[in-house]
Amino acid sequence: MTGTDVEDVDAFRARARTWLAGAMPRRSGAVGLDTVQEDRVARHRELQRTLFDGGFAGIVFPVEYGGLGLTPAHQRAFTEEAREYDMPVVFNVPTLGILASTLLDFGSEDQKRRHIPAILRGDELWVQFLSEPSGGSDLAGCITRATQDGDVWVLNGSKIWSSGAHWCDWAMCLARTNWDVPKHRGLTMFIVEIHQPGIQIDRIRQVAGTSEFCQEFFDDVQIPASAVVGAVNDGWTVASRLLFHERNSVGGASPYVSGGGPEGPSGGRLPGNRLVAEEVGVAADPEVGQLLAESYLLDVVHGQLAERIGAGIRSGAFPGPAGAILRLFSGEKFVRQTDITMEIAGVSAAAAPKGALVGRYADQFLGRQGNCLGGGSTEMARNIISERVLGMPREYAPDRDIPFNQVKRNELPSRP
Amino acid sequence: MKLDLSPDQELVRDTTRRFLAERSPLAEVRRLAADPAGYDRKWWRQGSELGWTAMLVPEELGGGSVTGDGLLDLVVVAEEMGRLVAPGPFVPVNVVASALAAAGNEDHRATVLPALVAGESVAAWCLAEPGAAWCPTDNARVTAERTAGGWVLSGTKSPVEAAVDADHLLVVARTAEGPTQFLVPAGTPGVSIVPLRSLDLVRRFAEVRFERAEVPDQAVVGNVGRAAADVEHQLLLALALQCAETVGAVDQVFSFTVEYAFDRYSFGRPLASYQALKHRFADMKTWLEACHATAAGAADAVQAGSPDAARLASVAAAYIGDRSTAMIQDCVQLHGGIGVTWEHDIHLYLRRATVNRATYGTPRQHRERLAALLPA
Repeated sequence: MTGTDVEDVDAFRARARTWLAGAMPRRSGAVGLDTVQEDRVARHRELQRTLFDGGFAGIVFPVEYGGLGLTPAHQRAFTEEAREYDMPVVFNVPTLGILASTLLDFGSEDQKRRHIPAILRGDELWVQFLSEPSGGSDLAGCITRATQDGDVWVLNGSKIWSSGAHWCDWAMCLARTNWDVPKHRGLTMFIVEIHQPGIQIDRIRQVAGTSEFCQEFFDDVQIPASAVVGAVNDGWTVASRLLFHERNSVGGASPYVSGGGPEGPSGGRLPGNRLVAEEVGVAADPEVGQLLAESYLLDVVHGQLAERIGAGIRSGAFPGPAGAILRLFSGEKFVRQTDITMEIAGVSAAAAPKGALVGRYADQFLGRQGNCLGGGSTEMARNIISERVLGMPREYAPDRDIPFNQVKRNELPSRP
Repeated sequence: MKLDLSPDQELVRDTTRRFLAERSPLAEVRRLAADPAGYDRKWWRQGSELGWTAMLVPEELGGGSVTGDGLLDLVVVAEEMGRLVAPGPFVPVNVVASALAAAGNEDHRATVLPALVAGESVAAWCLAEPGAAWCPTDNARVTAERTAGGWVLSGTKSPVEAAVDADHLLVVARTAEGPTQFLVPAGTPGVSIVPLRSLDLVRRFAEVRFERAEVPDQAVVGNVGRAAADVEHQLLLALALQCAETVGAVDQVFSFTVEYAFDRYSFGRPLASYQALKHRFADMKTWLEACHATAAGAADAVQAGSPDAARLASVAAAYIGDRSTAMIQDCVQLHGGIGVTWEHDIHLYLRRATVNRATYGTPRQHRERLAALLPA
């Protein structure tokens, strides 16, 4: 497709609407409880394949890597049309929104051709190996090491908080390749095949009972030189771009994801709060009406803000780090909405019949801070907004310009 | 405001900004605090020449806008008015002009409307009632009873913006047939206008009492008993304009507070270097951008007559109402002691935001409306 042949958004939307009705299954289950469960992953791989075969995968991805080469407006239209359908949302974050997008920005031609079509087909799920037990926010301070041995790199160390590593295929891993220079200048990003000798994956049990997060241990893992993304010792450039994609994804402004996302003003699905109110029997209470209205308007405003920030970053009205604005709004919105749910639930938050919706939402409340931590903490988002968007002075950092091997850091955790 | 203004809209913005900065800067706003009407009629006529009163009136009736989307152009003006907390009957006159253009009779359109558009006369919209509904229609307590040649109005409307200086009053009253709007000359016997003590320095409100005030049949605007839809549309216009104005005010306060944080030193470094304060600014920046986004969303929907318009207007009014005063108060706090002095300009903005939050529905009242409008 050449530039002059780009399909009109309305025509694309109409075509998508027809195709979806014939090809994709209708959605079921409450909004907001989309915590991925293992048994859904295989189904989502199938759904992604259906999208790909139907010609609707990778809407903004370049045509040469299996995508449609269209615009964010096309993707938004598709996501709106897909609201009533079961979509392979497990592919959205981090595979499409964070990793495939970063690969597009920094991957070699070989890497892009090898992996992006496979992702869009549903054959590859990706995960980030970034955070470590000794530090998450200070990503540049990571201590997982990669040492060069001939034409391979040898990886040792540990990563944590990787979503669904046990069901994923590939990862982007940030490792230290030079300890004698300041921290930002001695990092390299690698593509790592997850299921290989030397990598042990432990599941982490979360408060709500799920265990989709993992900790990984690397024991002399062999990585080919062709697995370097970007340049050796320039991994921070790649990581910074990855974090940009992550902020956008978590905040709801990524054009790379398909389906899911915050409720728009014409969202046809009942939000969880409404369902809980009905289940508990308080939907007619005017005070509950106030809370439901507040929860609803936060979703509407979120969607409006996501469009504004997304458009503003694309046009240059906002600097790239403005994605942190969305990340912050998203986290704080979730805090308020879960508070509202608990208020509406009343005493049923303490105990409810087995299988009741209110019980699942009470569990969600327990883990809700995860929404303010994963994808960059809301505290870090506030640093980014104040420093990179408002231009305020940066925090004092004693480790910024000294060789990394001289920096004070947390002790290594002992192996279980 | 929205990020992608057209070059014409940018021109409207820049022209309005320049005019206000020259003709009604903050010093002038403070001076007008002592003026009974709170604004200068000559200044208002000059603003009308810039199109302030014409944009919601079709060209064939003597109005006109820059892009053809009158409300979208007018919210650009409204936001600029917020930036300099401008005086003047901006929302009331535009609402009444729009009402007369849509539903006025020949006489309204031939005599009253041109004068409003030219800035020669001023009108107020009498909607809210004291201690009763904030947007009454079927339940209005001001009544109109039929007489031989017209109607008799009884009851009180309060608070009514711009009534003190108004030449015409558009009144929402209840008749036996249902809600009806009447255009009443301010000097009509039986109509008394009692100024209230207004929180804003220059936006004046009054109580308008109707004591068996007689008006002819021709005073009816639209159809007898069927004003509910007109009232709803006028409300949406008022909300879109008000939200835009508040966003302009908050944006301005945020900007000068950020500047203050860079300039003001404490313990050897600027306020902007303290993380606790940086984080508050980050929160406010987030809310500010959300306010811009939701005000733009409401204006777009009302301009387009979309089925979502009422919902999006209430979303915007509730969110912006809540956030605006909270943000300005936090900006007061960030200024330290000078933030609560008369001398500092910030209270002018807090007054405007507080008044806007309270009129045409509070956040709570808009959430109540929303609860009834939630998608099924």
